[in-house]
Amino acid sequence: MNKVLIRRFGRGVTKTLFLLFFVVLLAFPFYWMFIAAFKQNIDLYNVENNPFIFNLKPTLDHIKLLFTETRYVRWLGNTALVGALVVLITLLLSIPAAYALARLTGRWGERIGIGIFLTYLVPPTLLFIPLSRVIAILGLQDTIWSLVLVYPSVTIPFSIWLLMGFFKSIPRELEDAAMVDGLTRFGAFVKLVVPISLSGILTVVIFTFTLVTQEFVYALTFISPESNQMVGVGIPIFLVRGDVYFWGSLMAACLIASLPIAFLYNLFLDRFIAGFTVGAVKG
Amino acid sequence: MGLNTVSPDAALSSGLEKPGGPRPKRAKVKSMGAAQSPMLGAAMFGPAILYIALLIGAPFVLAVFYAFSDARIGSNELHYVGMENFRSILQSPSFHQAVKNSIVFTVLAQIIVIVCSNILAIALEKKFRGRGLVRFLILLPWVAPVSLGTIGWKWILDSIYSVITWVLIWAHLVKPYDAPMWLGQPKLAMASVILVHCWRLIPFSTVILLAGRTAIPKEIPEAASIDGAGFWRTLFQITLPMMRPILSVALLFGTIFTFTDMTVVYILTAGGPFDSTQTLPSLAFATGIQGSDLAAGAAISLFLVPVLVVIAYLMLRLASRTEGA
Repeated sequence: MNKVLIRRFGRGVTKTLFLLFFVVLLAFPFYWMFIAAFKQNIDLYNVENNPFIFNLKPTLDHIKLLFTETRYVRWLGNTALVGALVVLITLLLSIPAAYALARLTGRWGERIGIGIFLTYLVPPTLLFIPLSRVIAILGLQDTIWSLVLVYPSVTIPFSIWLLMGFFKSIPRELEDAAMVDGLTRFGAFVKLVVPISLSGILTVVIFTFTLVTQEFVYALTFISPESNQMVGVGIPIFLVRGDVYFWGSLMAACLIASLPIAFLYNLFLDRFIAGFTVGAVKG
Repeated sequence: MGLNTVSPDAALSSGLEKPGGPRPKRAKVKSMGAAQSPMLGAAMFGPAILYIALLIGAPFVLAVFYAFSDARIGSNELHYVGMENFRSILQSPSFHQAVKNSIVFTVLAQIIVIVCSNILAIALEKKFRGRGLVRFLILLPWVAPVSLGTIGWKWILDSIYSVITWVLIWAHLVKPYDAPMWLGQPKLAMASVILVHCWRLIPFSTVILLAGRTAIPKEIPEAASIDGAGFWRTLFQITLPMMRPILSVALLFGTIFTFTDMTVVYILTAGGPFDSTQTLPSLAFATGIQGSDLAAGAAISLFLVPVLVVIAYLMLRLASRTEGA
């Protein structure tokens, strides 16, 4: 009996050690951003000092610089605007499509659905070269409208996939009952199916918005002026002037932009994962 | 699918159900509702399909078209040049390095990620106090924007102020004048890129595997342990084989995310030093956009396609197998 207890205790300790190791490894860069964001420059750039702690009083200078002397606020605004518009386009196109594929097209819908899911696997790095020409020809180069146009092509496939799963879980009898009451098929969809799928739709909203904030390749390729940038490109490319890195402000910028996005994504993570697992988990 | 978060019962009880509705009529409509309406269906999914066709299908065709042309930024003329782009790419040492790196980075990162995320998934499976916070911290690399996380690493791996170097000097493992240049020496730079990819993918893979572990009925590993199978035997002969579909999902997505990624390499090393960390996507960007040679850039990025096709095929097989189950 004692042996079992000892072994169980040992396993618990091993687990805790592993967890501790991975938590430190995975979260360390964010702790490091935090430290750098509030350190005085003479502390930050002194290799004699212990880098893990504040050797001098913490300062708000980096954050002040970030908000007053860079385009950071503008980038945040651009990102929010593009995010909102892309969410809107994604919802308008993917909600009806997902419903049609889940309900109206039978066996074919299933196949088209999987086909659409596969287009989610097509990476921006395959398409950014031809798309850069298309954007130039449309006269959208260097504007955020280029991203508003292109991002839905990344977000729609996965959104359709997520929503199809949602719509399939609604019992058909509900819609039938509504149609007995005189609603058309489309009416039942708008007045009944959409309202009870709100949590699925919210999942798509968060997925789309976070994806817009995370994208890098298209934003880097299509937009060159500093003031029209998104946060994801503006911070790593434009907060670096020549070869001078303003590490304090840079880290503050990363931390401030990352945490809310991470928090939002985390709330809905389990649903995204259910979408990623393509039915490999029966839940 | 595990997406059953909608609660139809709630909707029913909120007045949608007409009590005492005529039974026969309802049965009749039910058959009507079950009948499909392809016209309405097409009208509803048409716009989305069109959007995808125009912004994914058409650019892909255009990429193939460019790869056989002499398209350049700033020139409106296009000529068919046959295999010329591919011939010159295949002779370029940068391209060989990029292909090698893409494969090496992807394979090494997947091995490390699968091992680490299995360990993490086991450690995180049981509930404990503070699990929510631990999960949030572990997930940060995946849920924060990748370009911002990578810039954090760039600071950690800085040539002068690297914290890793500081610790090594403090522990008297290296001399201050002889400190490693994490991003400036080819081998170290390659290791750094792999490290950042792993750092980003471990959380993603862990949550997928966690979903897989919780789907295994508890009785099976318990029965095995009563029959005398130890931890390792249960893991390798029962749990892991049962998790094969979910392991494949984690592996396939991980492969795509690493193989087609440009962000990590671009920010960390921009392909340097001397092309030592160049990958197919970063070389396509350097050639096609920065070097204005659209045709060659498009041709380079087309080399991603074979891998994508294989992954798509494996994904389809996985989907159809689990569908039947």
